[in-house]
Amino acid sequence: MSRLSEVTKRAAINGQKLLIPYLVAGDPNLSATEKLMHQLVKDGADIIELGIPFSDPSSDGPVIQLGAERAIASGTSLTDVCELMKKFRAKNSATPVVLMGYLNPIELMGYEEFTKEVSKADVDGVLVVDMPPAESFDLRQRLRDVDIDTIFLVAPTTGIERAKLITEVCSGYLYYVSLKGVTGGALIDANAIRTRVSELRTLTELPVVIGFGIKDVDSVLKMSDMSDGVIIGSALVSEIGKLSVTGDETSEDVEAATKLIRDARDALQV
Amino acid sequence: MFDQNSNPSIPQQDLEGPDELGHFGPYGGVFVGETLISAVEELARVYEEASKDSAFWEEYDYDLNHYVGRPSPLYFAARLTSLAKGAKIFLKREDLNHTGAHKVNNTIGQALLAKRMGKTRIIAETGAGQHGVATATVAARLGLDCFIYMGAEDIQRQAPNVYRMKLLGATVVSVESGSRTLKDAMNEALRDWATNVDNTYYIIGTVAGPHPYPLLVRDFQCVIGRETRKQALDQFGKLPDALVACVGGGSNAIGMFHPFLKDAEVFMYGVEAGGDGLETGRHAAPLSADDVSPGVLHGNRTYLMADPNGQIMETHSVSAGLDYPGVGPEHSWLKDMKRVKYVAATDKEAMQAFHETTQLEGIIPALESSHAVAYALKLASAMRSDQNIVVNMSGRGDKDIETVARLEGITL
Repeated sequence: MSRLSEVTKRAAINGQKLLIPYLVAGDPNLSATEKLMHQLVKDGADIIELGIPFSDPSSDGPVIQLGAERAIASGTSLTDVCELMKKFRAKNSATPVVLMGYLNPIELMGYEEFTKEVSKADVDGVLVVDMPPAESFDLRQRLRDVDIDTIFLVAPTTGIERAKLITEVCSGYLYYVSLKGVTGGALIDANAIRTRVSELRTLTELPVVIGFGIKDVDSVLKMSDMSDGVIIGSALVSEIGKLSVTGDETSEDVEAATKLIRDARDALQV
Repeated sequence: MFDQNSNPSIPQQDLEGPDELGHFGPYGGVFVGETLISAVEELARVYEEASKDSAFWEEYDYDLNHYVGRPSPLYFAARLTSLAKGAKIFLKREDLNHTGAHKVNNTIGQALLAKRMGKTRIIAETGAGQHGVATATVAARLGLDCFIYMGAEDIQRQAPNVYRMKLLGATVVSVESGSRTLKDAMNEALRDWATNVDNTYYIIGTVAGPHPYPLLVRDFQCVIGRETRKQALDQFGKLPDALVACVGGGSNAIGMFHPFLKDAEVFMYGVEAGGDGLETGRHAAPLSADDVSPGVLHGNRTYLMADPNGQIMETHSVSAGLDYPGVGPEHSWLKDMKRVKYVAATDKEAMQAFHETTQLEGIIPALESSHAVAYALKLASAMRSDQNIVVNMSGRGDKDIETVARLEGITL
């Protein structure tokens, strides 16, 4: 069984919600990201979404854009992201990691090379924000051949028939975008989200997790109550933005940056 | 320079793109976040229906004739011709359109689509400001709210157009992210669209973006080539031997070229922004520079200026309207098929052509169009005097006089 399905199944059996932090690889530098990833695991993260920095993140709000800019300024390439993963795996073979990013860096590396690299780096899943199912066949097949899941988003604007099609190509978990807009936006209509998530549950056995706009313990509790878990991105990246770029962050700094994840885990355990 | 051999023979169906999913060969497609998929699919449906509705095209034609002032003249540039000492040079006068450029052909068409879809809010990105002005113009006419995203850098370069948009009632949003130019304005417009997708129509200004934009913008710009064809037959009794147009995103060029694609005797030249020179890397010429690969940005796969890690590069051009790292996907396909030859003119060459056109013809060309003139002059010299070149004079240069003055150290 893949690491991702193992973790999500165990959570389901234990009645636990999935806590999935997102951070940008190389923000503010690669060694900090590695420390942050281990800290997140300690804090109770079930899965980590690791962002591949891209210069033109048009689905992201200002917070994650800045994170990507910091990562690019620190010289982080897709190859570096894979190297970072190998380092992480040397100490952690249990926590699933999903690479999340935009298609262009992957196109430039080439699908064949990318698949080889992420497979060597022992990545568990890949989520490409600007690669809809219709354009995903080639990469998805290649990743499936090396047992890597391809994760897709469902948005509030996704019609039911299209949602069904997405669940058919998606593996690992289904990512429900809570709001119309970009990452870090404001959650407004909890009832609409609840309705959509229950609808998605009738379509698929995949765990359905909610992301975009989850920024505090309150929204973690609200959103996880109606789903299998939550993704916390901008709120974490915003804290990471306070770290020094020079790579002299202390373990206290790293701990401080991930406080929300600890608080979220504590709140979910109660 | 001018290839006297015939164009490569290309199967007709290869010139009939895009396919249903918006592909021109391997290029084009739909590469956007899930939130926008339903919007682009709805637009594709509405356009498919509208494009088969003769009433839609009647309204479009009416607006082009009575509001834009079409047809635009095909003008024989006698003194530029004497300067080049070769083929006759004709200018297709898109600069005479209302709002001063070809951009309005597209915004008139997309405004009709927005109306058909019942949208109440219009957004657009702009580089030189011509598309922003053309969008603010149609929004004013329809009484729709209008937000124009423009890079902070471009706002500085194109102050008169910024004020024009404001006079027309648009809100100009300064984009401070990334390189603060056209590509960043497009990112920001996409973010706005995802946030306000229910009531907002996004008028993309060029033949790029996710399907169906490259298709519908092309269709709205093809009026340029259709008129040119008729005017050429009327004025010199045959099709032009060569067509020359500048290429940023490539909408004026595709509008000029497309109605001639199947005419193998017509040679076509797309002129990109060579900036400081292709060899310096400081340019905006993804098709004519030989070290550029295809990639994915702003909804489509196309030739794209990126570093080896896939980060989009900053581009360089004296002309804000050409300062874009990508290009419309159909141009990428036409390049691969060798149907159109893509070349570059440097900032310096464009500036020289700007002055020559102004002084010899009494026409102040946009800096974008000056790139086309610069190449056409060289091309004409390599051709015979019984041959004809049509240059798309895509816009007028009033908006650029401050830039030109500044570059030449003149304080206005």
